[in-house]
Amino acid sequence: MSPELINMILWSTLDTLTMVALAGIFGTLAGLPLGIFLATSRAGELFPAPNVNRLLGLVVNATRSTPFIILVVAIVPLTRLIAGTSIGTSAAVVPLTIAATPFIARVIEGAIREVDQGLVEAARAFGASPLQIVWKVLLPEAMPAVTLALTLATVSLIGYSAMVGAVGGGGLGDLGIRYGYQRFMPEVMATVVAVLICLVQGVQSLGDFISRRLDKRTRHS
Amino acid sequence: MPVLDPQDPGQQGRAIISFDGVSKIFPSRKDSAEVKAVDNIDLVVPEGAIVGVIGKSGAGKSTLIRLINGLEQPTHGKVTVDGLDIGSLDEKALRQARRSIGMIFQHFNLLSSRTAFDNIALPLEIAGTPRKDIKGIVEPLLDMVGLADKRDRYPAELSGGQKQRVGIARALATKPKVLLSDEATSALDPETTAQIIALLKQINADLNLTILFITHEMSVVKKLAQRVAVMEGGQIIEQGTTYEIFSKPTHATTKRFVGEVTGGNVPEWLQSKLLADYAPGRQAVIRIAFTGADADEPVLSRLTRAYGVDFNIMHGQIEYVADHPFGTLIASVAAEPELQAKLIADLTATRNTVEHLGYVA
Repeated sequence: MSPELINMILWSTLDTLTMVALAGIFGTLAGLPLGIFLATSRAGELFPAPNVNRLLGLVVNATRSTPFIILVVAIVPLTRLIAGTSIGTSAAVVPLTIAATPFIARVIEGAIREVDQGLVEAARAFGASPLQIVWKVLLPEAMPAVTLALTLATVSLIGYSAMVGAVGGGGLGDLGIRYGYQRFMPEVMATVVAVLICLVQGVQSLGDFISRRLDKRTRHS
Repeated sequence: MPVLDPQDPGQQGRAIISFDGVSKIFPSRKDSAEVKAVDNIDLVVPEGAIVGVIGKSGAGKSTLIRLINGLEQPTHGKVTVDGLDIGSLDEKALRQARRSIGMIFQHFNLLSSRTAFDNIALPLEIAGTPRKDIKGIVEPLLDMVGLADKRDRYPAELSGGQKQRVGIARALATKPKVLLSDEATSALDPETTAQIIALLKQINADLNLTILFITHEMSVVKKLAQRVAVMEGGQIIEQGTTYEIFSKPTHATTKRFVGEVTGGNVPEWLQSKLLADYAPGRQAVIRIAFTGADADEPVLSRLTRAYGVDFNIMHGQIEYVADHPFGTLIASVAAEPELQAKLIADLTATRNTVEHLGYVA
């Protein structure tokens, strides 16, 4: 492989990492509160708002059931509005974030719903406010599961980020399609796939490690 | 119904918790009818007392205890804690009031992500206690419950009894006036249960902390309570001092609960052999409950001498309830019906409770 190609692979990897990181951060910033709200707003829960809960649930489901590639195309005007362009790495962050947010919200909802309701009752009995229950009880107790959920979301984002290459986003997917597929350079395609596998593997291992460190439920003296 | 009796050991002080005609009705849902979990209850808990509420599951005791700290709101009536009408408080005032009502739970409800120390510190953090003051409150509590060496352990590293000790220390962190115990020993083995009961009694004595506990185990009531209320179908069917309830249970459910502990319940092997009618050669089976002063009287020897009959002891047990001996004896005696009647009349003339159960061949 020529030095230019290697250089391109490195830059593309960096682009992919940037897209995934930015979409992951924005997606978490939006998805975490949304997930917490979804997990605590049914009737009789901490912030009861069953109608809003149902409405948000519908929106989340609608977004999640739209195929990503169609979502990318469908929101081009919005992408232009936010990123100033619909092509390239920074533009790709917009659809990635929009796809990641409901996904992250759902997995975080699941993680929080797993927390024993007895803990919520205990905290209420001590005089904790609903917000204190979220910060002091639900989130810390759900942290191992939340970490795994965010790991899952990051892995999905790596896959999605390769897809935005097809519609002019940057990164490894873009490289794979333009060089590996269109110019028929199998060594580029193989390298791209190998790098993606390493990224996913690395993210998953890191997530598992952090989650295990946070989980005090099974430790024995 | 709630009468304050100055002679009553469980009523040292003024009422700190009172229920005034309290009902809690859970409205009907799609798949279930309306439920009257608590039905017109009057109950007074004197300051410094240990009061037990016993009932089977579904009797309404969980709802009853949750009405005290406002986790449930009454449908009718008034619950007062330390002069505060719990139902009239807004959310903020209610949260404030809950800080003076500690609670411990059957499944401990400790945060798995926090050490023993940090679990005990949680109510203080919630109450906004300055970080620098927390250590000075939590460490003496760890000492008090005997867990000073476990301060940095996570719940997963503690035994059930140790977890409940952390739960107790956590409940005491905000210096409550009342401690509510929701089946706190039901998930523990008998030995650990005894230790937790001893700890609760010690806390009651040392801090003059009022304790109200719910349980389905009469043995816990026997060891811990000064006063008892028996619940069934959302109502208190019987209440009094522990000794009164044990010595003169009137309601069938209460009798069954008391029998569990005192051996008054007829053992199964005997139950299956009992016959309803007398026939020559059959022996009468009687149950004698010895209470109070009569517990140390040699009743059977006296009857043996007076009537020349032999008793065959089939089942017996002596328990101590509120420091009084309390015994039950099931015995058979070979006697003609007239003699039986005389024996029973004689026994009843003492203050013992006598019951003719049937006959054995």
